Amino acid sequence: MAYTKRLDGRKNNELRPMEAKTGVVKNADGSASFKIGKTWAIAAVYGPRDLNPRFLQNPKKGILRCNYGMMPFSGSGDRIRPGRSRRAQEIAMVMTKSLEPVVDLSAFPNSVVDVYVDLPQTDAGTRCAAISAASMALADAGIPMKDMICSVSVGQVQETVLADLTYNEEAHEAPVSDIPIAMVHNTGELSLLQMDGEISREDLMKALALGKEACEQVYKVQVAALKEKFKK
Amino acid sequence: MTKETDQLIVNTQTIHELIKTGKRLDGRSLTDYREPITVQTEVSWTAEGSAMVQIGETKVIVGVKLSLEKPYADTADQGGIMINAELLPLSSPIYNPGPPGMKAIEMARVLDRGIRESHAIDLKKLCITPGEKAWFVIMDIVSVNDDGNLFDAAGLALLAALKTARFPTVKEDGSLDYKNKTEEKLPLLKQPISITVLKINGALVIDPTAEEEFSADARLTVAVDVNGTISAMQKGGDATLTLEDVDGMVGLALEKADFLRGKLE
Repeated sequence: MAYTKRLDGRKNNELRPMEAKTGVVKNADGSASFKIGKTWAIAAVYGPRDLNPRFLQNPKKGILRCNYGMMPFSGSGDRIRPGRSRRAQEIAMVMTKSLEPVVDLSAFPNSVVDVYVDLPQTDAGTRCAAISAASMALADAGIPMKDMICSVSVGQVQETVLADLTYNEEAHEAPVSDIPIAMVHNTGELSLLQMDGEISREDLMKALALGKEACEQVYKVQVAALKEKFKK
Repeated sequence: MTKETDQLIVNTQTIHELIKTGKRLDGRSLTDYREPITVQTEVSWTAEGSAMVQIGETKVIVGVKLSLEKPYADTADQGGIMINAELLPLSSPIYNPGPPGMKAIEMARVLDRGIRESHAIDLKKLCITPGEKAWFVIMDIVSVNDDGNLFDAAGLALLAALKTARFPTVKEDGSLDYKNKTEEKLPLLKQPISITVLKINGALVIDPTAEEEFSADARLTVAVDVNGTISAMQKGGDATLTLEDVDGMVGLALEKADFLRGKLE
């Protein structure tokens, strides 16, 4: 059963429609909303601010701390119990790792920059949307950054390599693979790479090449939204 | 006097002095809501009903999930409701990750009473097989930006989400198909809405900002139905209220209830 036509009619390299905006959480030092299809992430950045308890402090530089949460009604099935699951904690950790390479907190010893991302609705690709939103929120907060991080998922359904899989595509009859990636925009290096499913080495490299192209599209949307703030 | 909370520095003295002359920091009269008040429904496709409400810079999302459960033994012929509030660290520098704190628990419980005690939802109609199967309505309140008066914003979003909620399809094997909603809506009998009135330096104040909340002496939240029936109240804050205060606060709440409910049209 070859997967020749995508369920939602997109081309193989086509992302779902994206929408991005900054300044959506006024209390925060920086914030952003990033929507891709029916996946929606809201990110807020607080800091640099004092880090307590003090044993967590690093006297050489500030630390970055990400938090990821799906709102209780944001899953496509049953209600999700509030509170951080193991899944949410792991995603928060890989988010932190994916953003750290571009964030320079050497000027803020002993402090923390908190990044909170919460999702009101989801349709796969949540960690990628969360990272893309978080990167925008960090930029919006004026945190020193070397580059933007753009994130998207790629993968394979049957023999077809695709960008930005939906929940229905991930649930397609095997073999299916899902590969969330995040890219440091200017260097093209990866700061997030996870994968589950089945894929060959050749197809993996094909998917990653497609991912690079897809990240470029995410980048354009991120930058346009960041510039929008200064237009008026 | 400035009062330092965890992260906010609140100029209590200025707020108190201004209120004495009938004024507020943002130029509003004491009993005006902030502008704009917006209600956006169906903001989350994964919820059976949802709404995002903005009052000034305060933003809150409510999502309603419906599920089939076994009814409680003492109300075997009824469905059930549950309200939960999450004050996200995303929404304010003073909130921390972790289980709901006192503020979230209080808000959820007061809004729960407003809906439950007014019998706003016909729980008997939610029952499918007595003692075995009934619909449960779970409402989650999530703060996105807390700039004060989350109570009223959450209450408005709650009502908007309930009004637009639609049942999921029940498959032949009895399981739920959440992706395909039916046209059927919740059996809503009432439209209770919560109005919060603050007492700050002797004056009664509507729709406080976060700063004003920190400067308040006392608070009264009143849930009111269309005909003016009160279905829940909660006094908060450190100061006491005189009977005249209560009369004035309830009067103000009744007056503002229609105004806020009007935002749903």
